[in-house]
Amino acid sequence: MLVEKVKGALRLAAANASALALGLSPGMTLADARARAPDIRVVTHRPEADAALLKRVLLDFGRFTPMAATDGPDGLSLDVTGCAHLFGGEDGLVRAVAARAGGVGLAVRLAMAGTPEAARALARFGRGGIHEGDGQSQALRRLPVAALELSDKETQALSRAGLKTLAHLADRPTAPIAARFGAAAATRLNRVLGREDARIRPERPVPLISVDRILVEPITETSDVEAVIDDLLIEVMDRLDLRGQGGRAFQAGFFRLDGEVRHITVRTGRPTRDAAAVLRLFRERLASLARPLDPGFGFDQLRLSVPVADRLASQQRGFERTPPGAEDLGRLVDRLTARLGPEAVSRFQPVASHRPERAVRLIPAALAPAAVAPGEDGEWPDPDPADPPLRPLQMFDPPQLVLATAEVPDHPPNRFIWRRVDHRLVRVEGPERIAPEWWRTLKRPLEPTRDYYRVEDQEGRRFWLFRSGFYGEEPAPRWFVHGVFA
Amino acid sequence: MRPARDIEALRERLKAMETDGCPTDDARFDLGHAEADRHLGGLAIHALHEIYAATTPDATAALGFALGLVQRAAGDRPVVWGVQAMAGLETGQIHGPGLRELGLDPGRIVLVRVKETKDLLAAGEEALSCGAVGAVLLTAWGESKVLSLTATRRLSMAAGQGRATAILIRLAAQPQPSAAETRWRVRGALSRALEAEAPGHPTYAVELLRHRLGAQPNAWIMEWDRERGVFEQGGRNAEHQQSQRPALPGGLVSPAADGSAAARGGAVRRYG
Repeated sequence: MLVEKVKGALRLAAANASALALGLSPGMTLADARARAPDIRVVTHRPEADAALLKRVLLDFGRFTPMAATDGPDGLSLDVTGCAHLFGGEDGLVRAVAARAGGVGLAVRLAMAGTPEAARALARFGRGGIHEGDGQSQALRRLPVAALELSDKETQALSRAGLKTLAHLADRPTAPIAARFGAAAATRLNRVLGREDARIRPERPVPLISVDRILVEPITETSDVEAVIDDLLIEVMDRLDLRGQGGRAFQAGFFRLDGEVRHITVRTGRPTRDAAAVLRLFRERLASLARPLDPGFGFDQLRLSVPVADRLASQQRGFERTPPGAEDLGRLVDRLTARLGPEAVSRFQPVASHRPERAVRLIPAALAPAAVAPGEDGEWPDPDPADPPLRPLQMFDPPQLVLATAEVPDHPPNRFIWRRVDHRLVRVEGPERIAPEWWRTLKRPLEPTRDYYRVEDQEGRRFWLFRSGFYGEEPAPRWFVHGVFA
Repeated sequence: MRPARDIEALRERLKAMETDGCPTDDARFDLGHAEADRHLGGLAIHALHEIYAATTPDATAALGFALGLVQRAAGDRPVVWGVQAMAGLETGQIHGPGLRELGLDPGRIVLVRVKETKDLLAAGEEALSCGAVGAVLLTAWGESKVLSLTATRRLSMAAGQGRATAILIRLAAQPQPSAAETRWRVRGALSRALEAEAPGHPTYAVELLRHRLGAQPNAWIMEWDRERGVFEQGGRNAEHQQSQRPALPGGLVSPAADGSAAARGGAVRRYG
């Protein structure tokens, strides 16, 4: 028995079969229920825990079909078109689902029918079971009008009109029903009766290609898992080959015996059909998982799917024309990305901005194959041959505050203290004035203008200092070290 | 001089044995710095070179020297640069335009950022042996047991196998035995001032600590010439510089043009 607080009173949110048999029903106040049956067990209703459990069950039921979605807060709908034969026909599939749910400790009612709405109505308002053809419409016709799940008012109106079961409605023309109870009621009726079919929206996007391996004996060893993935990969690559495509991402789903599901994805920089290379990526990924793959009592099903694919010519001839090494570098990037994550492996991309900290950004190397010319946004500036480096090799983000002194305000500094070290400056060049990009900071207060100086201390270290703001203004100017030159 | 030649021959034989029968290659590169090149007789391209920053603030100088070596050794081939996160936090993140200012196209570089030393080594080894990169730079932070003799040995083997140059930059660490072909210690050096006492081109005080083929430890001041892509004899001895010139007096420009002009023709001093 679950209770929740509704408008200040504790009311029953859900009750199990034995409580229902005692005449208790959801919506009743707790005091009322206690008066009827004093020794009921009461637990606070936690909808978010229910939702989490449902989500886990949904993931696990992904083993039956990739087209799985939640149905309200307490139901699941599975589109099993073309999946039943894997489990020995529809009977076998329903038995497998029931066994699976029983194993997790759920009390379920299952129904299988031609459309999702029909199955839902049969499960919630009928007796469940497998229905098709005439049997299905017979069973549906026997359902009460409540099975349409219209609002209470409309349901009541239907009953008052003497329309108690769907059969009463089914034989009537739809137009008057739509006119009286709204178009929604008519659509609902058509769907429940299986006259109209609406697809369910699966929780996970359906991959282009998906291959399953159901294991009679659960496996726990890494080597076994890799062997199965290898098998599946070869199958997937064959299918990709037929489509003239190469995978850009590969996802392995590990279905554990106790219902836990783990999905692991590897991505490649360019489309590939190289099973060995992708297996290597999976190996890297599995070895470097922050939360290692825990087989528990073993995996009883593995699935390999390809969520993203690109065109790839059927035969990989003509590689001689691509610059030698380019392919290898791409693979190296893929391997490193699989092991360290996409953020860890990056390339520099120039950005057209005069703000030094914005002049460059790092993009994941896997996204930027070597062939793509840099500079969609900006270009690397060409230094003047006579100039020494005007931008530092290393930069601090954010700039580091220092204590600098200049003998006369508004003049270059002659010493500064940074990290408790006193740097006496022997060479100074500047200022290079860099104004803030006011058009980017319309919402925020404008940053002060910066005056940059290239300086060298007596030890031969070269820094990039700047003064933020001007003397004689509020707030008082501050000095920062922004970078270090080689 | 006969014994010396015998020793040399023995060394060659030992070297052949050490590389487990892999064909050793003699590809070498020079620095463009006449004196250092005479002393070293070139550096092996497909080998591991180790560079220590003398102090933490010299990290950028060490990186600058390493980038010079990369350009000398690897030409225009891709470069993988592994950086330990701590190094970036302490000494600043690598700035793309700054690479360009040293003559290296930032588009050639694949930056790999890792936290742990072991990941740095694994990534470095993988990149070196794959055969697609010209050079691999690894910036390691702090003393680490992981950077053992064995680990550096693996790196140098991978370098030979993938025909790439490996450069290990050690920050905040004291020189330790390793399997590197050469070991260097680098600090920043006073540059030759440009007009109006402006800081000049990148200048490093470079110390050769160890050379596997037996060149004696030595030290030079090297200035990096971006346009020609060579190290030049440059700078002036830091002490000399200091005695001659006081710290900047206030904001005024000191009369320095003549001093720097004299330095250009000046003899190179040994450092250290």
